[in-house]
Amino acid sequence: MADKQVMKRAKYKSSVKDPGVAGVLKLNIERFVFMPNDPKASTKLNVEFRMITGHKFTKEGSSKQALLNLTQEQGGNYIFEFDSFADRDVCREFVAAAIAFHSEAGKATTENSAALVNSEQLSRAETERRIKLLQENSELQRLHRQFVFGGILTDAEFWATRKKLLDQNDNRRPKQRVALKNEMWTVKPLSDGQSNRVTFNLTPEIIHQIFAEKPAVRQAYLSFVPNKMTEKEFWTKYSRAEYLHSTKNVVAAAAEAAEDEELAVFLKRDDMLANEARRKIRRVDPTVDMEADEGDDYIHLPDHGLFQNETKDVLESQYEPYRRSFSQDLNQHAAVVLQGRLVDVELGDPRSVAEALSRTKQAEVSDEISNRNLEKELSDRISRIAEIEDLQGPRDPAVAPLSIKDPRDYFDSQQANAVKALGDAGSGAKPLKSSVSPREAYGSLTDLVSDIRVMGLSEPIMNPEVALKVLNGLTQSISSTKFHLGKNPRESVLDSLPKVTKEELLHHWTSVQELLKHFWSSYPITTKYLYTKVTRLKDAMSQVYPKLQEIKESVQSDFRHQVSLLVHPMLQALDAAFAHYDADVQKRSAKSGERFNGFG
Amino acid sequence: MKFQIEDVTVYFPYDNIYPEQYSYMIELKRALDAKGHCLLEMPTGTGKTIALLSLITSYTLSKPSNPVKLLYCTRTVHEMEKTLAELKFLHNYQVKHLGPAARILALGLSSRKNLCVNPSVVSAENRDSVDAACRKLTASWVRSIAVENPNIPTCEFYENYEKAASDAVLPPGVYTLQDLRAFGKARGWCPYYLARHMVQFANVVVYSYQYLLDPKVAGIISKEMQRESVVVFDEAHNIDNVCIEALSVSVRMQTLEGASRNLNRMSQEIERLKATDAGRLRAEYNRLVEGLAQRGNLPISDTWFSNPTLPEDILKEAVPGNIRRAEHFLSVLRRLVQYFKGRLQTDNVEKEGPVTFVASINAQVGIDQKMLRFCYDRLHSLLLTLEITDTDEFLHIQSICDLATLVGTYTRGFSIIIEPYDERMPHIPDPVLQLCCHDASLAIKPVFERFQSVVITSGTLSPIDLYPRLLNFNPVVTRSFTMSLTRDCICPMVLTRGSDQLPVSTKYDLRSDPGVEKNYGKLLLEMVSVVPDGVVCFFVSYSYMDGIVNSWHESGILKEIMQHKLVFIETQDVVETTLALDNYRRACDCGRGAVFFSVARGKVAEGIDFDRHYGRLVIMFGVPFQYTLSRILLARLEYLRETFQIKEGDFLTFDALRQAAQCVGRVIRSKADYGMMIFADKRYSRHDKRSKLPGWILSHLRDAHLNLSTDMAVHIAREFLRRMAQPYDKTGAMGKKTLLSQEDLEKMVNGVGETLF
Repeated sequence: MADKQVMKRAKYKSSVKDPGVAGVLKLNIERFVFMPNDPKASTKLNVEFRMITGHKFTKEGSSKQALLNLTQEQGGNYIFEFDSFADRDVCREFVAAAIAFHSEAGKATTENSAALVNSEQLSRAETERRIKLLQENSELQRLHRQFVFGGILTDAEFWATRKKLLDQNDNRRPKQRVALKNEMWTVKPLSDGQSNRVTFNLTPEIIHQIFAEKPAVRQAYLSFVPNKMTEKEFWTKYSRAEYLHSTKNVVAAAAEAAEDEELAVFLKRDDMLANEARRKIRRVDPTVDMEADEGDDYIHLPDHGLFQNETKDVLESQYEPYRRSFSQDLNQHAAVVLQGRLVDVELGDPRSVAEALSRTKQAEVSDEISNRNLEKELSDRISRIAEIEDLQGPRDPAVAPLSIKDPRDYFDSQQANAVKALGDAGSGAKPLKSSVSPREAYGSLTDLVSDIRVMGLSEPIMNPEVALKVLNGLTQSISSTKFHLGKNPRESVLDSLPKVTKEELLHHWTSVQELLKHFWSSYPITTKYLYTKVTRLKDAMSQVYPKLQEIKESVQSDFRHQVSLLVHPMLQALDAAFAHYDADVQKRSAKSGERFNGFG
Repeated sequence: MKFQIEDVTVYFPYDNIYPEQYSYMIELKRALDAKGHCLLEMPTGTGKTIALLSLITSYTLSKPSNPVKLLYCTRTVHEMEKTLAELKFLHNYQVKHLGPAARILALGLSSRKNLCVNPSVVSAENRDSVDAACRKLTASWVRSIAVENPNIPTCEFYENYEKAASDAVLPPGVYTLQDLRAFGKARGWCPYYLARHMVQFANVVVYSYQYLLDPKVAGIISKEMQRESVVVFDEAHNIDNVCIEALSVSVRMQTLEGASRNLNRMSQEIERLKATDAGRLRAEYNRLVEGLAQRGNLPISDTWFSNPTLPEDILKEAVPGNIRRAEHFLSVLRRLVQYFKGRLQTDNVEKEGPVTFVASINAQVGIDQKMLRFCYDRLHSLLLTLEITDTDEFLHIQSICDLATLVGTYTRGFSIIIEPYDERMPHIPDPVLQLCCHDASLAIKPVFERFQSVVITSGTLSPIDLYPRLLNFNPVVTRSFTMSLTRDCICPMVLTRGSDQLPVSTKYDLRSDPGVEKNYGKLLLEMVSVVPDGVVCFFVSYSYMDGIVNSWHESGILKEIMQHKLVFIETQDVVETTLALDNYRRACDCGRGAVFFSVARGKVAEGIDFDRHYGRLVIMFGVPFQYTLSRILLARLEYLRETFQIKEGDFLTFDALRQAAQCVGRVIRSKADYGMMIFADKRYSRHDKRSKLPGWILSHLRDAHLNLSTDMAVHIAREFLRRMAQPYDKTGAMGKKTLLSQEDLEKMVNGVGETLF
């Protein structure tokens, strides 16, 4: 394909309004060359596609000119006007392929290249994704180069069969979600020792943590910033409150709070947390629910029972809301860390973090309201825990519930395995007759039992010596094959081949697969487009065919058998495709003949 | 499995049984046959509850002519739920194997707070406000007014339940509190009153200790239980404390002020009633002449906590004439409150016995013993006559009357202690008058007398001969079982030194030593980096825990601990603690691992299990002695010495070590489980302390593990965890059987004199 060239008449324009210089545009995979008709004109162009980052074109329409605009990497662009849209489209397709080719080679992070879908611009994200895929997967890249640049498949066709791949990449998440750091933000004031200034450090991560652990602060942030105070003021105030707490001087905190109502928000106990606690307590496992004891225990009447030995700090009621214990913070912190990262937003913007957190909390509440199975779940859980495990005889093998984050990933990989297994088994073993009715099974079982009843088990089922011999033989052969061939027979055969042959084989295998996939998906042929596609594919396939034969013959005699075994299914598949093609062509011609006859 | 114990066929819901469960059942059966009380100690982690439940239910099934009712008492609601879950499992098994004949009715009973399904009532804050909110809707006079005036709100659940009358029954089955609520909601019947009603007919009732031990509650809930009942106190190692608390009252200034307010309100009510409906007061007067015994005829929704003492005969006596009239009674109470106020104005600690106290009341305000004794019932009657529904407001005056009745009834076993301030904070005046009961046998005596068999059982009842003395009863069977372990799945250690070889202790002089705090912190830090899943720490008190956690926080040790595990902590707020526990379990479930800081004698230590991965290691920081300067404790010790000849030191050590054993015993639940226990205090290495630990811990405490430092303990922990990770034979093939199948049992019964273990 590298020697493929396109030559069209076109006008080069410096801008859309510019009348343009007429000439010939010559495109090949490396570069495009524009030769003005007037040899004296200075507008000769010779630009490498490497430098081109994208292309734009006008939509087909009656009044519009057929324009193609190539964007250069360093800015600046080349505009060509074509005589017809057909010419333009040929060039456009070629240009797109060329740009894609160059970007694929990993030279530059090009944008907007492989776009070719039926004269519709692809979104930038989409193309980026495709390019990324090609860059990550060299095999795919090779296929793409071979077929798309070889003109056998269009770019759109190529990607159409890989929608899934694209989709999957679409909602690409970070492979592992990072948990919150289990570290409490402690107010360790950094004072410089000279002035009375105290410095606090806040990072987006810490802000996130504060928002998650202290809903009241989050709420305050949402309502205060930026209307009432600036971000900086807010955090200064918050830090001041934290500092007051760290001094453990409740009275001072209360006094400050009395003067400053915003500060009071931070200093007071978090009512939202208390509400949340009240809500959550209803969903707690009854076997740890100590709140229920409180409701039951008649000893905990005020004034009843013995005076507890624990001292309680006696505080006047006005200071009560300002008391906050470290234990509370500790529990809240651990609970938040356990819950994990709830929001998936950039941590840079505190406001969006706060909003996202509030949203998730609300969603949680509504979830809980709608969850009616809770009681059943809880009672199931208790009854499960109530059993004593080792008194029970061995039950079904202990299984843990499988937790699959993305079921599609899992099943896709499973399918691949299954296909592989089928492929391995395909040549030799017949499928086992597995559909035995329970009746039959029962019948044969009773027969066996009665046989044993009659004959008894006096005779060993097998001669031990024979058994030992077989066993030895098997062990040996298994270990030897293992030694020679590794685990998977197919791979190991490949491994034993010369590297060149192996790669060639693998490459052909994938390309044949690709071609066949497109070939079979084109049937039944309903449009002319499909017809030409099929013809193209058939031609490509017939090119592969002799190559395969060639490989078969080129390898050394020791491997020839194995290689032919490998090549054989490919050839068969190709043969089948050809046969189908021929049959179809015959049918078509017969049809058209009939019709001809009918009319004639 | 199914097997015979003498004439009883026992249905046991598992395929195998531990040998100690089998012998536990044998002993239990003997006690039932003898219709006597018994005291059984069996280590935790050997399935006590299920053994007990399956024997007693099977016993009833084998003798249908003489059904035995089981009253199973737990200390906490969550233990109640656990027990009911096990019972449900057992019941399903028995029904499967015996058919519908094995059906029983079993239910849990709790307060309105835990059973109410009326959303407007149950949303109230605490138990008393829920009770009051319920009374406001269901009291008989409220309902009779509501018949005429539809604007008076009533409770639809209660109304439906009343309407259904005798049709309102629970079908046989096992009902947890949750099941009861669900059933009530589905039928539209009040689950609380339904449960109260069904308790009489149920085969098994699971409820809290107080329903039997606290005479105020027992008088209304448990009075209809027949004598042919088996009463089980599970986890009963603290039963003496529960008994004592049930009969103790303390009065502060706030109580007295509240009581005065209550009295004012009552006198207003009386004035109002005199003007509108004087007949009602007269009717009450007549009733009181005849005695108070007719209280039994009250509608179920009007019942009150009954008299805090139980002598039947006083109920038949006529109420003394000088408190029969409402006004007179009020003035008596006023004088009493005034007297208490005067007593609180003291600068010295005072201590006296009930007899001198009553004499002094009589001398100063002219209230004699008999009047005092009737105070509680008289108040109750008056509140009913005045149709007061917001009973939660009247708790203060109830406390006063409670105290009066107790003082008027008992002449010994109590003392009155008046303290002007807390010993530890002498600068804050906080006068308190406490009536403390020293004799645990007083509260439990009626239980022993009323029921034919009382079973007291726990994982730690050592020394087992002390309990019959404390509770004053004669058990027909007293047995302490050891644990037959398949492998050494518990690993107790005594840690005496930190990593710097300095001794660690919570003794008073070492307690706040920064070196000790650091060594404790280092110990925990080393352990959390070695031990997987859950680690539980117990401290001697809340204040000590707060102090040490704060100092760990400041020194950065806590931060390092958090690198390995999440940290949760018990607080005095139950809601928060419950949530922390729930999160702790979640963290252990998901493999994150967590540490739980808790307090010995706290609520968590009392009843939460840290079995399996919820607790692979317990560290007991220090010896959980009681606060020895407490006057109440001193008074109790004095009483114990005089009455039972129990030495102070012995009792204190016994009490501290049963708490410690209880704390560490929470890690193991079955023989497949495993866990380590570290006693981190140098005092544990002394023989007199250590020997008070239960036998099942002592038998695994090796001599080499008696005097460890942190590094050695870490080494042992590593080794232990590695050993436990190996597969093993559950049946214990090496010489002794630790898991018996049905076949083994049959062989054993037929075989001659084969010993179990």
